[in-house]
Amino acid sequence: MNDTTVARLDAAVKRYGPLTALDGVDLAVRRGELLALLGPNGAGKSTSISLLLGLIRPDTGRAELFGLDPQRIEARRRIGVMLQSANLPPTLRVGELLRLTMSYYPNPRGCDETAALAGIADLLLRPYGRLSGGQQRRVQFALALCGRPELLFLDEPTVGMDIDARQKLWTAMRALVAEGCAVVLTTHYLEEAEALAQRVVVLGRGCVLSAGSVDDLRKRVALTRIRCVSELDTEAVAGWPNVASATREDGHLRIATAQAEAVVRRLLDADPALGELEVQRAGLAEAFTELTRDAVEAADTDQREAA
Amino acid sequence: MQTAISVATSAPAVSMPRRRLVGAYLEEARSECLRYLRAPGFMLPIMLFPTMFYLLFGVLMVKSNGADAARYLLASYGVFGVMSPGLFGFGVSLALERDGGLLTFKRALPMPPGAYLLGKMLMAMAAAGMVILLLMALAWSLGHVTLAPLQAGALLLTGMLGVLPFCALGMFVGTLIKGQGAPGMLQLIYLPMSFLSGLWMPLPILPAFLQRIAPVWPSYHLDRLALAAVGMNRGPLLVHVLVLAGVAAGFALLAARRLRRHG
Repeated sequence: MNDTTVARLDAAVKRYGPLTALDGVDLAVRRGELLALLGPNGAGKSTSISLLLGLIRPDTGRAELFGLDPQRIEARRRIGVMLQSANLPPTLRVGELLRLTMSYYPNPRGCDETAALAGIADLLLRPYGRLSGGQQRRVQFALALCGRPELLFLDEPTVGMDIDARQKLWTAMRALVAEGCAVVLTTHYLEEAEALAQRVVVLGRGCVLSAGSVDDLRKRVALTRIRCVSELDTEAVAGWPNVASATREDGHLRIATAQAEAVVRRLLDADPALGELEVQRAGLAEAFTELTRDAVEAADTDQREAA
Repeated sequence: MQTAISVATSAPAVSMPRRRLVGAYLEEARSECLRYLRAPGFMLPIMLFPTMFYLLFGVLMVKSNGADAARYLLASYGVFGVMSPGLFGFGVSLALERDGGLLTFKRALPMPPGAYLLGKMLMAMAAAGMVILLLMALAWSLGHVTLAPLQAGALLLTGMLGVLPFCALGMFVGTLIKGQGAPGMLQLIYLPMSFLSGLWMPLPILPAFLQRIAPVWPSYHLDRLALAAVGMNRGPLLVHVLVLAGVAAGFALLAARRLRRHG
């Protein structure tokens, strides 16, 4: 094992009855990196995190935290956790919750430092149950980072936060990563992954669809899509310089390219009858949709073939 | 050179000093007590039901029978009052916290093993102690029951330790039923069991059949001990202590097994 890996899944399979939640997932989190885990609902994000936290056991394969079984308390003393939903005791004050959680760790951050980082200094004396949803999420974030963890799990941390609170949380996450803390982030907001992550793993139907740096993923999607009605030969167009791919679907010629201007100019020259020209720039969101849709379609085809 | 650096950067295993470990257990117990002391919806029924019942049946209605009846019923309603923080404090809170995700969160955190259950146990013991003190105050001031300091201490101790088998029973039910279903289920155990073991009406008044099966209920055994504490049971006690210890261990084991398997 590489000693810069802080957490990993190794061919992890998890089934719930007839449903396969994870189907042989390999995942490695490296020291000090922010890894975003993306995928539609039911893709296996939460199952992956539960395995890494030792909340559930893989049916086959392995889950490791700092090279140990995640259920070992020595491993969990080095992590911080913010789960998607946790009803904390409503009658306890924020400061008391913080003090309790800090007591679990060998070398926690100070109360003031934690509160400042998470932006909850003004909430310490308030009962948890009286806070707004967004404030509660900030308190949960504070509980996650108060133990001075080397690895932080954040499951959908910014759900229910307004834009301002979200920006503050991003700043705090960046500060933690700068300290050398690794972060595993699951999110529905792609701009969040784009803004923060060094590496993005896309899950779909319990499998890893893509894994790479944000730049890799962006490159994959930095392509512009051109769509038009044209009689030009698809294979010939595919051979043009700067053309990444050309296909024909529903009578439309579809081209992916990194140099849309040059390709459009050549298209118009080559086919004066060309019509319905559309040029569209793909973002991370689009690539993501495409990636996961491909997976769904492939799965559907498999099922049809199997039937 | 390169390898030397990479070896050096692999962080050392983090060790938890013993003092901090003990501190974590204490913090957990403190938080557990605080959160329930501040929840009137939890504390009021626990305090009010046994005191109201005792006032009604143990003080007002037994005036003619004198202090002996009040003394007898102090023990019985004490047991009735002690059962509820065990069953509800432990069982209902566990069922709700399994449902609300708090238990999952705590399992993900490096909370020392058992701190969660130990905290709930201490909270139930504290609440049981308060119930007993409250009843003793009523018995002394309104029922003219005089207890020797040793008797009062024995009753308090019986109550605080006697809550434990009911904690275990509550915990077991809490692992069977998630969320809002648990309180109803526990009432179905709590009220009939109290009646059948003679906590509301002394056993000798109950039908002979019910008297014969009374030793089935753990609350019967705790009642024998509580009666002994106030000087109204001269029979052997060890058997009752053993039965209660067995009940506590049995349900705790069953519950722990379910918790490990199902979370």
